[in-house]
Amino acid sequence: MRTHRWLVPTLYIVFLMLPIYWLLNMSFKTTNEILGTFSLWPLEFTLDNYRKIFTDPTWYNGYLNSITYVVMNTVISVSVALPAAYAFSRYRFLGDKHLFFWLLTNRMAPPAVFALPFFQLYSAIGLFDTHMAVALAHCLFNIPLAVWILEGFMSAVPKELDETAYLDGYSFSRFFVKIFIPTIAAGIGVAAFFCFMYSWVELLLAKTLTSVAAKPIAATMTRTASTAGYELGLLAAAGTLTIVPGAFVIYFVRNYIAKGFALGRV
Amino acid sequence: MTKTTNHKAWYFVVPVVVLVAFNALIPLMTVVNYSVQETFGDNVFFWEGVKWFEDVLNSDRFHAAFLRQLAFTGMILAIEVPLGIGVALSMPRKGPWVSVCLVLMALPLLIPWNVVGAMWNIFALPDIGLLGRGINALGIDYNFTQQPVSAWMTTVLMDVWHWTSLVVLLAYAGLCSIPDAYYQAAKIDGASAWSVFWRIQLPKLKRVLTIAILLRFMDSFMIYTEPFVLTGGGPGNTTTFLSIDLVKIALGQFDLGPAAAMSLIYFFIVLLVCWIFYTLMMRNEEQ
Repeated sequence: MRTHRWLVPTLYIVFLMLPIYWLLNMSFKTTNEILGTFSLWPLEFTLDNYRKIFTDPTWYNGYLNSITYVVMNTVISVSVALPAAYAFSRYRFLGDKHLFFWLLTNRMAPPAVFALPFFQLYSAIGLFDTHMAVALAHCLFNIPLAVWILEGFMSAVPKELDETAYLDGYSFSRFFVKIFIPTIAAGIGVAAFFCFMYSWVELLLAKTLTSVAAKPIAATMTRTASTAGYELGLLAAAGTLTIVPGAFVIYFVRNYIAKGFALGRV
Repeated sequence: MTKTTNHKAWYFVVPVVVLVAFNALIPLMTVVNYSVQETFGDNVFFWEGVKWFEDVLNSDRFHAAFLRQLAFTGMILAIEVPLGIGVALSMPRKGPWVSVCLVLMALPLLIPWNVVGAMWNIFALPDIGLLGRGINALGIDYNFTQQPVSAWMTTVLMDVWHWTSLVVLLAYAGLCSIPDAYYQAAKIDGASAWSVFWRIQLPKLKRVLTIAILLRFMDSFMIYTEPFVLTGGGPGNTTTFLSIDLVKIALGQFDLGPAAAMSLIYFFIVLLVCWIFYTLMMRNEEQ
């Protein structure tokens, strides 16, 4: 049994790669070929779909918009979650358990419930169709998640670390920045990864809160699908390109994630 | 860890509370506001009390969507959790293949949800998709845009494809945290692979598995974008889950009152299940 152990992950990965391969395959075909013939690889290999995306501002701006609000959201979520997670992991205070559960409940709120009120709220404060609106709206589920993850990592750090630093004459802020943050760097990596991921993949709120100036790439795709007929090759190319930032992020944080896993808390 | 009591810790939590409350409480109050009133436009509202709640709770449409939702969540949990544990158990513990596995497996998690739907759409279409062609070539009549059974199979398979990796990653993390000494002790005792799994690995996985099940329950219960792009809730209403139905009522028919009442009931159900889970989890940890 031991010798065939690699078989299970291999089969699983093949299963994961098949639809992605199919998307990639489509993205190199012309629309005519997609609709006319069935082939496992592109017969008339073309880069036209990608060329169109990189030269048409309505397309590439979608990518820039998405990346802008995702990065903004990740920075906001992690930086406000850090002190909060520290408080939850180190201190007992009035209403701490209720507060923690209340935070988690927002991770459970179905975005569909909030779509319309969010539109009204962000229109009312004049942030509609800005990157900030989406970045703030995604805080609803990303902050609770970041607090949850960071709290786990921080609880794994013994409290003696704090106490020794104070005895050595560190002030709280110096201790936090110089000692504590480097100690839980892996945790910050994991939290940032999850914030990036959930903000990047969410569409319902991002679409509701934007119209032109901050429209995410994924929404550009759906609108093109309905207006410009059925340009499957172009859609496939746009879809393929949405996988790229995620792949980069996973590649860069893979060691952090492995380290985070070693601590046994995710 | 023993925690010290310090009420000043509240200062650390204030930014989080302000940001989340801004995003959660104001929209929630808007929903509550709509749920008890009737409007004919022009910002004129009439008090309706609990009428919408009664309507929603008594409507066949809500019951049907709720049952579909339960069936879907039950199915994907029953597939993804055992499959995820199985894959995690057979993954290598060290060596260069670890990062290859992790990177490739995490890939589906980082694809925007509507792209997941669109990707499975072209993958499963009976005329141009690899999956659709393949199944039909086996002599099985398959067309997810017309047959309810095929639509369900495709939606479940898509979710398994999309989310099993999360269970794998969490279970793998749990497995990595088991000290080698446990395995050595089991080896000395001559324990079989099965009893190592049952007596050592599974109990140690309990915590991460609770998190995995909780996350999968919440996310699958709120699923909207992927099935919406894949099947649009059809054929007919057969894959119209709660969120899809809610958006149809709220933004399609613009019935704000019933939609708001349904939102609150929906939110309450998710909350209740998660609260039960959370309490059990905390009780386990205290033991």
